[in-house]
Amino acid sequence: MNSVILQIAAKYLKWLLIVFAVLALLRGHNNPGGGFIGGLMAGLAIVYRGFAYNAFQVKEELQDRPGYYIGGGLFAIFLSFLPSLFAGKTIMTGLWVKIPTPVGEGIKLGTPFLFDIGVFFAVIGVTLLFVFSLTQKQH
Amino acid sequence: MEDSVSNTVLIIAFSMLLAALVLAFARLLKGPSINDRIAAMDLIAAVVMGFVLVYSVMINKSIYFDIPVIISLISFIGTVAVSTYLKHRYG
Repeated sequence: MNSVILQIAAKYLKWLLIVFAVLALLRGHNNPGGGFIGGLMAGLAIVYRGFAYNAFQVKEELQDRPGYYIGGGLFAIFLSFLPSLFAGKTIMTGLWVKIPTPVGEGIKLGTPFLFDIGVFFAVIGVTLLFVFSLTQKQH
Repeated sequence: MEDSVSNTVLIIAFSMLLAALVLAFARLLKGPSINDRIAAMDLIAAVVMGFVLVYSVMINKSIYFDIPVIISLISFIGTVAVSTYLKHRYG
């Protein structure tokens, strides 16, 4: 499908979806949102570009990327387990660090946030994998 | 909740949205051709956006206001995906 309108629209709406995805990722844990929802939205943004530019037929460009996303996400989840393990607490205990900033109250970072980032990338990879395998031509 | 919308308005809005949802779902189930089903799915997404907005008016919180934006973007992707499938199949 080579539609010029869809290609121009995808160029801008893709970034809008990614912005909302990152917003949902950062807002999660206390408000509606989180890594899973953000990952679904970011994955759909990449799928959107694929539909517009007919990229699902280009196998060699896109085939390995879902695996990279899933592997990176699972590795981030694994990294988020380590601090609670080395602190001598039960594994997967949430540990938070407050980084002071010149303005505002400071940024709260913690292992749940790292876990959310891992879920984000893993869900992007799974979404891409589903859509790629559904749009492959049957042999 | 003095500044919220009155109950009657909310009940009317919810019942009309529910009627629209039921009608669109009936069209989704029995639609003669697949184009009717695509249009019905798009309509259902729009009705769900209306539900979210009326609900966030009801509970007086603006935190749900970006959900309709996301639903509209994603339902558009769904329509494009089904159209691509139809084009690969029939055209």
